[in-house]
Amino acid sequence: MAEKANTVEDLHLQNLTKSFGDFVAVDDLTLTIPAGSFFALLGASGCGKTTTLRMVAGLEDPTEGSIRIGDRDITRLRAFERPVNTVFQSYALFPHLDIFENVAFGLRRRGIKDVKPAVEQMLELVELGPMARRKPAQLSGGQQQRVAVARALINRPEVLLLDEPLGALDLKLRRQMQIELKRIQVDVGTTFVHVTHDQEEAMTMADTVAVMNAGRIEQLGHPADIYETPRTVFVANFLGQSNLIVGRRSGAAGDDTLVEAHGLTFAVPSQRCFAAGSDVIVGVRPEKITVLDAVDRDRVPESHNRVDGTVTDVSYTGVSTQYLVRSSWGQEFMVFEQNVIVGDRCDVGDPVVLHWAPSHTFGLDGAGS
Amino acid sequence: MVAVVPAAGRASSTPSAQKSSRTGYLLLFPGIAWLAVFFAIPFVTLFLTSLQKPIEGQSGRYAVGLEFGNYASAMAEYWPLFVRSFVYAGIATIIALVIAYPLAYFIAFRGGRWRSLLLVLVIAPSFASFLLRTYAWKTILADEGIITSTLNALHLLPDGRILNTGIAVVAGLTYNFLPFMILPLYAALEKIDPRLIEAAGDLYASPATAFRKVTWPLSMPGVVAGTLLTFIPAAGDYINAALLGSTGNRMIGNAIQINFIQFRDYPTASALSFVLMAIILVLVFTYIRRAGTEDLV
Amino acid sequence: MRWLRRNLVGIVGIAVLVYLFVPIAVIMVLSFNKPSGKYNLTWNEFSLDAWTNLCGVPGVCSSFVTSIQIGVISTIVATVLGSMIAFALVRYRFRGRSTTNLLIFLPMATPEVVMGASLLALFLNLRFPLGEGTVIIAHIMFIISFVVVTVKARLQGMDPRLEEAARDLYANPRAVFRYVTFPLVLPGIVGAALLGFALSFDDFIISFFNAGTLVTFPIYIWGAAQRGIPVQVNALATIVFVVALLIVLTAQFVNQRRRRSLATSVVPADALPRS
Repeated sequence: MAEKANTVEDLHLQNLTKSFGDFVAVDDLTLTIPAGSFFALLGASGCGKTTTLRMVAGLEDPTEGSIRIGDRDITRLRAFERPVNTVFQSYALFPHLDIFENVAFGLRRRGIKDVKPAVEQMLELVELGPMARRKPAQLSGGQQQRVAVARALINRPEVLLLDEPLGALDLKLRRQMQIELKRIQVDVGTTFVHVTHDQEEAMTMADTVAVMNAGRIEQLGHPADIYETPRTVFVANFLGQSNLIVGRRSGAAGDDTLVEAHGLTFAVPSQRCFAAGSDVIVGVRPEKITVLDAVDRDRVPESHNRVDGTVTDVSYTGVSTQYLVRSSWGQEFMVFEQNVIVGDRCDVGDPVVLHWAPSHTFGLDGAGS
Repeated sequence: MVAVVPAAGRASSTPSAQKSSRTGYLLLFPGIAWLAVFFAIPFVTLFLTSLQKPIEGQSGRYAVGLEFGNYASAMAEYWPLFVRSFVYAGIATIIALVIAYPLAYFIAFRGGRWRSLLLVLVIAPSFASFLLRTYAWKTILADEGIITSTLNALHLLPDGRILNTGIAVVAGLTYNFLPFMILPLYAALEKIDPRLIEAAGDLYASPATAFRKVTWPLSMPGVVAGTLLTFIPAAGDYINAALLGSTGNRMIGNAIQINFIQFRDYPTASALSFVLMAIILVLVFTYIRRAGTEDLV
Repeated sequence: MRWLRRNLVGIVGIAVLVYLFVPIAVIMVLSFNKPSGKYNLTWNEFSLDAWTNLCGVPGVCSSFVTSIQIGVISTIVATVLGSMIAFALVRYRFRGRSTTNLLIFLPMATPEVVMGASLLALFLNLRFPLGEGTVIIAHIMFIISFVVVTVKARLQGMDPRLEEAARDLYANPRAVFRYVTFPLVLPGIVGAALLGFALSFDDFIISFFNAGTLVTFPIYIWGAAQRGIPVQVNALATIVFVVALLIVLTAQFVNQRRRRSLATSVVPADALPRS
């Protein structure tokens, strides 16, 4: 299956809306998914990501808006007429058909007579050749997952949709399949649209991630960009963890915006500050913060943002140590510190000073919060 | 009869997956029309027949009428049979519940991989003719038989015999409709997570208390369905009374059958049927109000 | 004592199961009897007469064949009509759903004697000639509900994603039905048909009201009960019992294998042994 899909084109969703009665599952979504990309729709359950996927598959009719592949409008095409295939959640393998017939299903429905070579080649690709005559029930979870992928991919879809494809697998197998799926995607060059609630899975596999919330896309971009520079409170909390400090814009210094909160002033690079008004939420990721014993406060670089506090909890997790530090105004800060130096840990009750570089700080719109 | 389908998976039928189109009505129409014409409309004719009056000089011929007196005379003559039918059916239902529960419980919680085989064994007796099975009780309960002579030796039988007494009729009813009790009970018990009973034990409930406070309340849907499915056919049955009882044990079904087929007194037979159905409908609707129709169908 | 208490449920359960089979044993044993008088009620003498000469008594075999005929025709019609209703109920939206449900539920909650009587009242008022036709009409009527219940349960138990997967894989509605829905619902339909046949074959009360002069197997037994049931009837009943039991056990076996495979499309498959 070294052959790439003949012509891969971008997938366009235009003002896509789906309501069920009063409930708006997908709200005016406009999105272009570049051809050949591995695109992840990330969100909590009920955020509209699965509904979006089902509309692309043709299993759900949009209330409004259109879906195009390149220039072709497929909005009104029915599921079996679209060049789109799906890897279903829990796979939905046909229990009454063996593996070979499951994989051959799409080809046979399109009236292709000689399916044997294609199916065998496909089963080879997913390393299930010897299993061809078994029933789905006789396969392990990982094997069933690969059958589901093979069954969809054999049709050379222009877009492959994956609905929580790894949700039913245990952690170890999930890691393995993440790598496997990525390899297959590179091999076939098809556009993959992947729906998941697992942020780590989305970041590992996808080259573009869209974080969805309440039927809308909160932020879209490369996983690292979204993680380093979240633009909304939702994204800051949903993708990884964040320490957020509510404050007010107090001025500017060079390229930095200054924010005042609880009597302290924080510097946020202006191009990383997304607040429209004067209410700004200052954010920083836990691993970007350094913990210093209060007696060493002189060692904090002049330009750094800093907060004084007391350690309230220390959890040793092997790779890192997680601290909870209570600030003077009672907010708890989460700090991850890599265990590079052995034996140099703070204890509960220690007065400490937290500091981090302004370049690691982001500013979010605090209006209404 | 092998009736009663254990209430199976009532899984999600998502309304969004439902299509509304002419096809739905087309699929529905033939079967529903059949039921309307041959089940619903007959009740109308039954009611009309119950009000007919005899044509002078022509026995077995009746004319359209509004003889509500038919009900009065039918009830005056046959009310003891109604009472007897419901008493017999009631006793049979209670005995059936008492002996069905342990078996249903055993299959549900101790059946393991033999469950489905045990369920087949529960319905298997229904594969032999209903009439012959009832008739077989004539042999089992015969005056010289082991059961009768044993009970007689213990002086437990008031009449000195079982056959041709009410005891035989109730025994026959209990036996014949027992599977109707076992299957719904099993369906309800099978849904109970055994860990709930363990949890009750963990929380200081004795086995008896655990049963009373956990198992029994959770099996209530099965108890309600089972008692209805046993009681209704038992109350309308006349085969057991005819084969195992004497003339003194006749049930309302016997009266309907004899009036309809032997005496050709259609109005009386119809009136009796109508009253029987009315009483049973009241029972069923009380149940439906509790559980909703979709639950039983 | 403690052992007894722990296994009490099992002992009572097994006892009830044995009790269910006592009359069956009586029927079977008496099929090898040579009764002394006209009633085959007490054991007299071993004999294979009934088994070697199954149709030796006039009317037995013809009534048996009549019952099979009626059973087959009613079952086919009722299975088709009932399955259609089940599909409509699960897959389509329509008005009058609660009336429909009521119309399906009530025949199962109506005593047979009332159904038989009311249908007879209809036929009498229409001056409709009684016979095989009226019995078949009646049987179809009361089997439909059981078919609907059985097939509906099967349909509802089906994972809706299987049909979506088929649609996604280029199956048009007709192909979805033919290659996915129908094969998956078939065991339910077959089960419903077997149940329907059993109900029809064994029905006495409704048939008796609407048969006129027609004699089905149960009607024959009823008539014979007054003057003595021929031993052949016990032999035939034994055959029916054994055949039915074999069919159900086979179906059970096949079903169990199938169910095991059905489960996996819903249940996370990791619990299954790796092969």
